[in-house]
Amino acid sequence: MEGFKRARDGVPYDMKLHEYQAKQVFADAGIPTPASTLAETVDDAVAAAEEIGYPVAIKAQVQVGGRGKAGGIKLAENEEEARQFADEIIGMDLKGIHVDRVLVEEAVDFVNELYVGVTMDRGEGEPVAMVSTRGGVNIEEVAEEDPDAIAREHVDPAFGMHPFQARKAVYDAGVDREVANDVAGVLQTLYELWEAKDGSDAEINPLMVTGDDEVIAADAVMNVDDDALFRHPDLEEMEDEASAGDELEQKADEYGFDYVRLSGNVGIIGNGAGLVMTTLDLVDHFGGEPANFLDVGGGAKAQRIANALDMVFSDDNVDSVVFNIFGGITRGDEVAKGINQALEQFDEIPKPVVVRLAGTNAEEGMEILNEDLVTVRQTLEDAVEQAVDYAEEVDQ
Amino acid sequence: MSVLVDEDTRVVVQGITGGEGKFHTEQMMEYGTNVVAGAVPGRGGQEVAGVPVYDTVDRAAREENANTAVVFVPPAFAGDALFEALDAPVDLVVAITEGIPTQDMARVKRKQDESDTHLVGPNCPGVITPGVAKLGILPGNIFSSGDVGLVSRSGTLTYQVVDNLTKRDIGQTTAIGIGGDPIIGTSFIDALELFEADPDTKAVVMCGEIGGEDEEQAARYIGEYMDTPVAGFIAGRTAPPGKRMGHAGAIVSGSGTGTAESKITALENNGVPVGDTPEEVVDHVEDIL
Repeated sequence: MEGFKRARDGVPYDMKLHEYQAKQVFADAGIPTPASTLAETVDDAVAAAEEIGYPVAIKAQVQVGGRGKAGGIKLAENEEEARQFADEIIGMDLKGIHVDRVLVEEAVDFVNELYVGVTMDRGEGEPVAMVSTRGGVNIEEVAEEDPDAIAREHVDPAFGMHPFQARKAVYDAGVDREVANDVAGVLQTLYELWEAKDGSDAEINPLMVTGDDEVIAADAVMNVDDDALFRHPDLEEMEDEASAGDELEQKADEYGFDYVRLSGNVGIIGNGAGLVMTTLDLVDHFGGEPANFLDVGGGAKAQRIANALDMVFSDDNVDSVVFNIFGGITRGDEVAKGINQALEQFDEIPKPVVVRLAGTNAEEGMEILNEDLVTVRQTLEDAVEQAVDYAEEVDQ
Repeated sequence: MSVLVDEDTRVVVQGITGGEGKFHTEQMMEYGTNVVAGAVPGRGGQEVAGVPVYDTVDRAAREENANTAVVFVPPAFAGDALFEALDAPVDLVVAITEGIPTQDMARVKRKQDESDTHLVGPNCPGVITPGVAKLGILPGNIFSSGDVGLVSRSGTLTYQVVDNLTKRDIGQTTAIGIGGDPIIGTSFIDALELFEADPDTKAVVMCGEIGGEDEEQAARYIGEYMDTPVAGFIAGRTAPPGKRMGHAGAIVSGSGTGTAESKITALENNGVPVGDTPEEVVDHVEDIL
């Protein structure tokens, strides 16, 4: 259960392959996929459709869920439709993301749609393989409504998946006998790919079953553990800008910060995930609304601290900033230098900054800190309350 | 008394020749930790911070009677380093390294399950028994010796709470940072079991955060098996679903599991008072004591 949810949770932070990339990886490993061609122009899309033969699916290659419902997938029966749909989809804005490529794909005539997937079950600390006969729909909803409709098989990471386990999951899920062996083969391959590529999730939904009892992967998901990309240079090359979030989140990526944009007006900078989350919670506790989560990480030097302030200042929603550092490996004097450096470049401080320093070299930091530029508070609670007050004053 | 770390702790530092490894070895020794060796492949025969370096953990353990490994090895090699420590074997392994691939940790965890070695971390600040020894990167000066045990998923949040405790003259038996990764060696329950068995620990502070179900399971464990009172704190009440808050493990799923609310309710239902702020946690501890 947990494993399944984790599969969906993992999506926003791992490296996500595009459908066409994942399909290539799957096809190279021997999983049957429909004939397809990637196209960046309407003419290329039409040429690809002619080559493949109608009907074809024209699919936007962007990293958003529910592409079909949002108009990013269309079925073309002839050249005229192929041209019309390719023209509509290329260049469209799909849930905030610009579509610059489509996959033109053979439309498969199917009688059944299955689901197969592999992910890490965090609760068990073990991989889990999953099979369901209810493919083609949002599998997360299936998991909620009818958990028994998904067969799960945990895999010992020391051994990898035994072929009997793939068969067990397939038969437990109630897959038709005629295709059971082929589906088990696909699941086995999918697991081996997941392991070899350091996948966080690998999924085929739907895995289509044709009238001739053939199975074919009509969609492909492959998400890769960011921490393991160092040993997969081939996959790292596939990463592109399209998978990044909004402008500020892209900027945070460049600076190397853990950053999440929120909807409030109190900017937050701190060190360590738990303490930054606590700072957010305190803003809420004192009646304010956090504008962001920003963790500068451990051992940040002055320049990094200045970058963090620059980040938060560039969010127009921010009315005040609270800087909360509890130094372990981060040193208070470096933090103070960074804050001074960032603020001294302004004739007028754009937004009030409240600083609270504790831990390693906090006293040295306090001496360095230019108190004409910031408001200093001794405790976490006082600092947050002050920042919330400042934000309210600006608001009025 | 204390848990995991005491006067008999003899440390081998894996990755002692790296910048972080060397710096924190010196810091640990300054605090009084008995660091007896380093282990770095190809560096056997050298000396760092006054201690001998061996090529393997096995040799360091045999030659210097090391019973504890602290790991500062870079993430690409850390999985192998943890296997080496578990294989030596030592009694305790503390993994500081952040960013170990999840599948590597799944295999390490599998190995640990069949051994008697305690593994703390990875991606954690370490373990400290105030006044005796510290293993890892915790700033020793904020801790004080006393009778409260502390277990936390987050480093700097631990410091915040400990600082509040110390400033109100509430000392600690041992503090354990278990780490913020999805797969970790020591769970909340493992740590709580250790504190429950320690006669000198009169109360425990447990600092959790959003994501996973470890806190909920720990709450049930406390309700059923613990006599030692526990006070709690949960970070991430305001975290939106589907966004990872720094730690790889800190996520509220779209379907609502792993929320702060579910964890707080589980703790309170099992008799654990939960503070709204770090100061309030300390209020609860004062009430308990």
